[in-house]
Amino acid sequence: MAQSKKQRFYIRTAILAVLTIAIVFTIYSNVTKEKNTVLQVGDKAPDFALVDLEGNQHRLSDYKGEGVFLNFWGTWCKPCATEMPAMDNQYNVYKDQGVQTLAINIGESNLKVNSFKNSYGLSFPIAIDQNKSVMESYNIAPLPTTFLINPDGRIEKIIKGEMTEQDIAAFMEQIKPS
Amino acid sequence: MDKIVCTCGNVNPAGTLLCESCGRPLNKETEDKKLVDMRYEGSARRSQTYNKTIIDKVWNFFSSVKVGVWLIIIILVAASIGTILPQVFYVPATSEVDIAAYYERIYGTFGTLYYELGLSDLYSSWWFQALVGMLGISLIIASLDRVIPLYKSLKKQKTKRHFSFLKRQRIYGIGNIENGEESIKKAEEKLKTMRYNVKREGNALLAERGRFSRWGPYVNHLGLILFLFGVMLRALPGFYVDETMWLREGERLYIPETNGYFLESKEFIYETYSKEESEEVYGDAIDRVGVIAKNYQTNVALYKGPEGAVAGHLEDLTFEKEAAIQVNKPLKFDNFSVFQMDFRLDELASMTFQLQDKETAESFGEFTINLSDPQPVYELSNGSKVEILDYYADFTGFEEGVPQSQSPLPNNPAFLVKMYTPEFPNGETSFVMIKETLEPLGENKHKIAFQSVETRDVSGLTIRKDLTLPILMLGGLIFMIGVAQGSYWNHRRIWIQQLEDGQVVIAAHTNKNWLSILRDMDTVSELANLPKYEDQQDEDSKADKEEGV
Repeated sequence: MAQSKKQRFYIRTAILAVLTIAIVFTIYSNVTKEKNTVLQVGDKAPDFALVDLEGNQHRLSDYKGEGVFLNFWGTWCKPCATEMPAMDNQYNVYKDQGVQTLAINIGESNLKVNSFKNSYGLSFPIAIDQNKSVMESYNIAPLPTTFLINPDGRIEKIIKGEMTEQDIAAFMEQIKPS
Repeated sequence: MDKIVCTCGNVNPAGTLLCESCGRPLNKETEDKKLVDMRYEGSARRSQTYNKTIIDKVWNFFSSVKVGVWLIIIILVAASIGTILPQVFYVPATSEVDIAAYYERIYGTFGTLYYELGLSDLYSSWWFQALVGMLGISLIIASLDRVIPLYKSLKKQKTKRHFSFLKRQRIYGIGNIENGEESIKKAEEKLKTMRYNVKREGNALLAERGRFSRWGPYVNHLGLILFLFGVMLRALPGFYVDETMWLREGERLYIPETNGYFLESKEFIYETYSKEESEEVYGDAIDRVGVIAKNYQTNVALYKGPEGAVAGHLEDLTFEKEAAIQVNKPLKFDNFSVFQMDFRLDELASMTFQLQDKETAESFGEFTINLSDPQPVYELSNGSKVEILDYYADFTGFEEGVPQSQSPLPNNPAFLVKMYTPEFPNGETSFVMIKETLEPLGENKHKIAFQSVETRDVSGLTIRKDLTLPILMLGGLIFMIGVAQGSYWNHRRIWIQQLEDGQVVIAAHTNKNWLSILRDMDTVSELANLPKYEDQQDEDSKADKEEGV
């Protein structure tokens, strides 16, 4: 008698636990899906390979051991343009401290990106994501979006919107290899 | 809580109302009733019995049909509230602020309230999903709590039931007949021919058919649970994809979520019915509305990147296949379907200009600018050339003297150019817009004259993948089987017994369709000369007849 009572208790607890976990998991993944379908802080940053305007290939996995400041932008996007000079300043401060800056343009023409680069006098590498595959794998919604990738290749932070020079400096400091 | 030992010797679980074996009422309350409640064979629904730990309390809550019905009602009401205004999904805005503004603009205060309460995204809200999840738990627990005891008591039931059980059945009769034994024998033969499963135990007979109809509700719940499980799987990555993409003619883009597939649009085709070809069918309609679409089609080529290639990779794409995507005729590959959903006609693709002398209109040559890839320099004849200094795809005006472009789409292209001619080897600067030219650095002798334009169409495509569909279909099928099982078959039982004193008792029970079982009994009775019987419930309350379970 006592044994069957115990058994009943365990069976019921097990069934309820399994069902509750299943439902909580479903709700959790549905609610978080809204915000960011694929990538979250702590995830491994998807690898990609792009050729910049100078013809140099940048493969994310080659920067293992360095921090990567990954900025997605477009020439038509005002806040993107506003933060570019600040990014360039900080790029020059941190490039010798193991923080790589890479700006990825969303599928615009070479001419346009070049003229933009020249008019702002930008020195960090800029690559164009022509078939938008990098943009898709990083699930970029608003521009600008910046990913901080730490030396382990994991996403440290996702910044949506414009950054001040102070922000940028602090972010680069954050992913500097120790 | 102890087990109940019946007079007949059977040990019943605590809470049992009718002995599983002989059918004797096991408590005073049941005994006092004229008819017994046969819904779960008087078995002990364990939820009703044990109520000690918190787990038991939770279990009992979900086991209650009343709770289940309330959950259904609440979900029904909530789901219908979600249909009052369009859901966020259908609102032409993407950012939170725009969405809020949209609801306020279109629907006023009610719209704002609706948005603030989260009703605008009701079906993906945590509380709505929690409700559906609770209904799922209720389905599972309520079914388990009923089907197991029911199965046990139907399995344990004896052919010989106690008189106290028989006399409390809805259909019941007792009487002295001439040759009891003989009558029961005849009844047995007849019932067998009527496809009853007949068992004998001494002077007792039990004829039963369609017991499997009793499992109908549980089979049907199993289907529902499977269905909910399928819907749940959609939350897992890889099971469900619903994406959109815009693809221009000549463009080759990555297909979202597909892991290495690329799609190139060769051509978009939009056809309408001409009056001649369809006078009979669409003649009137064409007169009324102007045009009727005949075909939306995107001719595409599918490419796949090399195994293990990373994003951004442009080379070594292997050609997979060509296809014509039409409405309802998707391109299929690797569990994905690409559907024709939308289109935009005539987006600017390229513009052709002529370098001219403004006065004489003398031409120095023509050049064509591909708007998705303008070149820095266009060489013309006799050493003339045009240099493109900058390009503004969607020109909106100047801000502090700087030309602005509001998007990368060529809605209103403008160019800052430098024109080199033998006469002006250092170049003349001009700002070329559609239908207008500015000369920011002073009067020019030459101009860029617009000649012609080429356009291209844009296809709006939807990418779908749904690995849960087979599960949903199976769930639906099992659900329907359960419904049919419970509706089209009845569980009928007829008991005939000769008592010690020689009287013959006849009693019957069915879970539905009492008229049919009476007809069955009439047939048997006529042949076997059984005592008269009647529907006791009918007698009792003519008013609320057909209260059947």
